[in-house]
Amino acid sequence: MLELQNLNKVFGDNVAVSGLSFGLQKGEVLGFLGQNGAGKSTTMRMIAGVLEPDSGDAVLNGHSIVSARREAQSQIGYLPEGAPLYRDMTPLTFLRFIADAHGLNKIARRDAVDRVIADARIANVADQSISSLSKGYRRRVGLAAALINDPPILLLDEPTDGLDPIQKRAVRALVARMAPEKAIVISTHTLEEVPAMCSRVVVINNGMMVADDSPQALAARKPGGLEEVFISLANNHEAGVR
Amino acid sequence: MDWRGILTGIKAAWRREISAYFATPLAYVFVAIFLLVLSVFTWDLSSFFDTGAADLGPFFYWHPWLFMLFMPALAMRLWADETNAGTAEILLSLPVSLPGLVIGKLLAAWTVAAFALILTFPWWITVNILGPADNAAIALTYCVSLIMAGSYLAIGSAVSALTRSAVLAFVIGVLIAFILTAAGWPLVSGAIANWLGAGAGDAVAQFSFLTHFETAQRGVLELRGLIFYFGFTALFVALNTLFVMQRRAGAQ
Repeated sequence: MLELQNLNKVFGDNVAVSGLSFGLQKGEVLGFLGQNGAGKSTTMRMIAGVLEPDSGDAVLNGHSIVSARREAQSQIGYLPEGAPLYRDMTPLTFLRFIADAHGLNKIARRDAVDRVIADARIANVADQSISSLSKGYRRRVGLAAALINDPPILLLDEPTDGLDPIQKRAVRALVARMAPEKAIVISTHTLEEVPAMCSRVVVINNGMMVADDSPQALAARKPGGLEEVFISLANNHEAGVR
Repeated sequence: MDWRGILTGIKAAWRREISAYFATPLAYVFVAIFLLVLSVFTWDLSSFFDTGAADLGPFFYWHPWLFMLFMPALAMRLWADETNAGTAEILLSLPVSLPGLVIGKLLAAWTVAAFALILTFPWWITVNILGPADNAAIALTYCVSLIMAGSYLAIGSAVSALTRSAVLAFVIGVLIAFILTAAGWPLVSGAIANWLGAGAGDAVAQFSFLTHFETAQRGVLELRGLIFYFGFTALFVALNTLFVMQRRAGAQ
């Protein structure tokens, strides 16, 4: 459903992503791990078509993000890092705008907006200005926008960052509910979330993949579990770079 | 060419921007200040009631000069705010045509400009009360004025895509607009003619918004003028699209 083929991106002298390749099937929830600056968000942005790769490709449900960008983008729902939103809009008008951009007609738009408002549990704030919403609600509005076209592929960049435990649990439950029907990539550096949400883990460092395994198998590599494995992968790579 | 994709982009971007203009006092303040300044200039500086003629010449005279300042102000946030607030990330991830988004945003700003021009109707009524006015010529000049406003807005929008600062976009937009306006001002074209010869002065003046608008003010609809304005708008829409594409390529 999602196929990354040797993705590369360089900013000046900084190699952000280097030769990244992996595939993802329907029903898989991939935890995309890495330190800050490892290249997670750059990779997510390239898959979402926000940023063009220097070379390589991301194929989304058979559509290349390089040669058929719009068809590929119609296959995804993307929650960017920090969930940026138009603060002068209400969640309702914002979701209508996203539905318009997906080319939904009036009836389909109404149904889609009602569905995602229910899924993201934002009905009580749907008519409030986004600028007045808490960080948790804003994240949920962003999530609702990512779901508006009921995409087969979901890209969630730090979806629970800054949320309180109750809000985190709600996001996890939503992901679990959607998981069987979609391929989901969750970029995070919050390791405790990985076993709770993900069926597979890819770790990147300095733009390169350093591990691809199940959370359990990865955690079993070291006595200290996932955290120690993660630190060890990052340190080994840094030592290798030096 | 995928016209359906372009239309989807235009519709979505237009609705979004119109709601942004009117959700805040921005559009209302813009229109109010524009009407106030235009009225003061027409009434006071052009001595409208002292001309003794029932025409809107003193009123239209100020349009290019005021558009030079007001249109970049209207367009300055179109793309700069998207970059600054991070919402460009959402916009560029949507399955819409980029030229569609650029045109939709421009059309939204153009709609606000049209709204401001419509609200100048008391001047048109006044001139008809004062005497027999050439309403066809006035209607023509209004139309050309609106088309010219689109060219100024296209400059502002393209510049806005180059920076995350709306203020910087405004300053650069005004600078470009000033050059393209003042090039047709007799003081400037005359100085160029004295310096480089009459041909050079005329050639520079042909690239001025002022020159082509003066023809319309005389009640003459010139195809050359329309091609100039629409061509300029198309050029800056293309540049705007290119600047956003560069951002996608990671150049910004």
